[in-house]
Amino acid sequence: MNMKNLLSLFLCLFIVNQALDAQKIKGSDTVLPLAQKEAENYMNKNSSAYVTVTGGGSGVGISALLDGTTDIAMTSREIKFDEKLKLREKGKTVVEKIIAWDALAVIVNPSNRITKLTREQLEGIFTGKITNWKEVGGSDMKIVVYSRETSSGTYEFFKESVLLNKNYMASVLSMPATGAVIQSVSQTPGAIGYVGLAYLNGNVKALSISYDGDNYVEPSYENAKNRSYPVVRPLMFYYVKTDEQKVKPLIDYVLSAEGQNTVKNIGYIDVN
Amino acid sequence: MRRFFEIIVEKILLASGTITSIAILMIIIFLFRQGAGLFDSPVVEEGYSLVVNKTNPVDHLTPKEIKNIFDEEIINWGQVGGTNQDIIVFRLGDITKYVSEDELGDDFQFVPEAISRIISENPAMIGFVPSPYIEDGFQGKILDLGNIKVSDYFLGEEWFPTAQPAPLFGIKPLVMGTLWVSIAAILFALPFGIAVAIFMAELASPRVRNLLKPIIELLAGIPSVVYGFFGLIVIVPLIQKLFDLPVGETGLAGAIILAIMALPTIISVAEDSIRTVPLSTKEASLALGASHMQTIFRVTIPYCISGIMAAIVLGIGRAIGETMAVLMVTGNSAVIPTTLLEPVRTIPATIAAELGEAPNGGAHYEALFMLGVILFIITLIISTTVELISAKQYKQNM
Repeated sequence: MNMKNLLSLFLCLFIVNQALDAQKIKGSDTVLPLAQKEAENYMNKNSSAYVTVTGGGSGVGISALLDGTTDIAMTSREIKFDEKLKLREKGKTVVEKIIAWDALAVIVNPSNRITKLTREQLEGIFTGKITNWKEVGGSDMKIVVYSRETSSGTYEFFKESVLLNKNYMASVLSMPATGAVIQSVSQTPGAIGYVGLAYLNGNVKALSISYDGDNYVEPSYENAKNRSYPVVRPLMFYYVKTDEQKVKPLIDYVLSAEGQNTVKNIGYIDVN
Repeated sequence: MRRFFEIIVEKILLASGTITSIAILMIIIFLFRQGAGLFDSPVVEEGYSLVVNKTNPVDHLTPKEIKNIFDEEIINWGQVGGTNQDIIVFRLGDITKYVSEDELGDDFQFVPEAISRIISENPAMIGFVPSPYIEDGFQGKILDLGNIKVSDYFLGEEWFPTAQPAPLFGIKPLVMGTLWVSIAAILFALPFGIAVAIFMAELASPRVRNLLKPIIELLAGIPSVVYGFFGLIVIVPLIQKLFDLPVGETGLAGAIILAIMALPTIISVAEDSIRTVPLSTKEASLALGASHMQTIFRVTIPYCISGIMAAIVLGIGRAIGETMAVLMVTGNSAVIPTTLLEPVRTIPATIAAELGEAPNGGAHYEALFMLGVILFIITLIISTTVELISAKQYKQNM
């Protein structure tokens, strides 16, 4: 009995010791699979390193940076002006590093016969001005709009880029995670939603988007890399300048050739 | 010596009872205090100002009008009490449309001057800019819109906590959503739960009872995310097909999942309390000529009514407060529901989804804590009502 207690005590102390030296990455659920894989590879290369990765949304990551409970905030949107102000009030200067690019795919149910939409049509759909698929050339079905919660960087980026900063309509269905959006769109015939390129699978259909009304581009790695696909956004790591020494090795690894290869494997677009 | 020991144990029990009660009270006070600052927060997002041209007669705008102006639903100043001019919306990012980037300076030192100039040159403009960029000598008019009003919060019908420039904190859709889903769940779970408890305690053969009891207690241990997942994959498409709806994520799906989650709790506690009724009481009733059914409803149940009340209150608490499962199946759309077959947004789901990103101490954060207080009050009211009604009925029958 005593031996077992002693052993578990040592185990706890060992884990705590590791955790004390740990680097914490927190934030976007879009960047999460990428950060987890990079952290895993990094820890395999450096046996003394210990990295913990948590999701929750871009907003959660930046809040944690403000509260000092994380070393790196991973986000899929740029830091907002008032967030920067709040950090400056606390005496923290924040540094931004773009680690990958991501394309946002607009998805519909596979049974929907629509294959392309313009930005204006998307804006109309998500702000509630267009309510039936027949108004954009589809069948006579009510449009069911799926979105992410307000803490999501994907939500903010879509609002900025596609809706031009207008608010979503009140009756949009807010799903807590990308996986839930995919699940719901795949089982609701009149559904439309948006997800990161890396989450696309055979259960949903991605639409070709046009921002100028003429060129319709479909979301793919090549189209995102040469920026012909319009809905592309940077994925970023933010950290406080005073933590630079602590986080530099990890960030250098992510930006190295090996790290960027992982970016491509996960399904995102590598930085040039 | 033993007397001394007993006094110590008595004091320890008294202390733990007092500490528990004080802890519960402190949690409630903490909730109130965190939420209290909400009505001292400005209408326009903190750190930003709304500015108009000096000649603009409009002095006051409601948060709803601000949202509609920036969403381009209100396009003329005449609609909000100004002169007949089309509104021009200006956000900080638009500054490069009026002034080239070089003119703003490398360190953005000329931005305040540029903003001041742009506003004074455009009489029909309304600008949403960070407050540090409004310096002394600003050539426009800053709209002072006051603080968030109590009536806007409690009676407002739109919940847009991250809208810019002025977030809308109307909780009516959230409260209605919570009430619809919770009351429907309670209406499903209570009769079923009590009926199964009576069946298991009084009517089932020992073999059936010994089979059912561990299964039901197993159900109580399943994590709520699993229930949510089950709901999303099985119940939501089922409801969509059954009622021929455009979308299956509805209040009904949430109510069914909540009922399934509350059932094991209600059944376990109620059944245990029904079993505590002494055999002599039941035998006395049977001896006086009552049938088994009459004994159950006139003698056994009133005897253990307090235990059944405990089961009901626990079940209600579980139904109202359950967050994860509801978050996944109700669609979370903040509109006031008129039927159970529409997507709804409940208070626990709102708090869970938004608290992580609400800046600590900001208006959104305080609004969410006030929601927590309201949820607590709703649970209190529903539990007390159910207790009063049921207790009164059985006391009458006794």
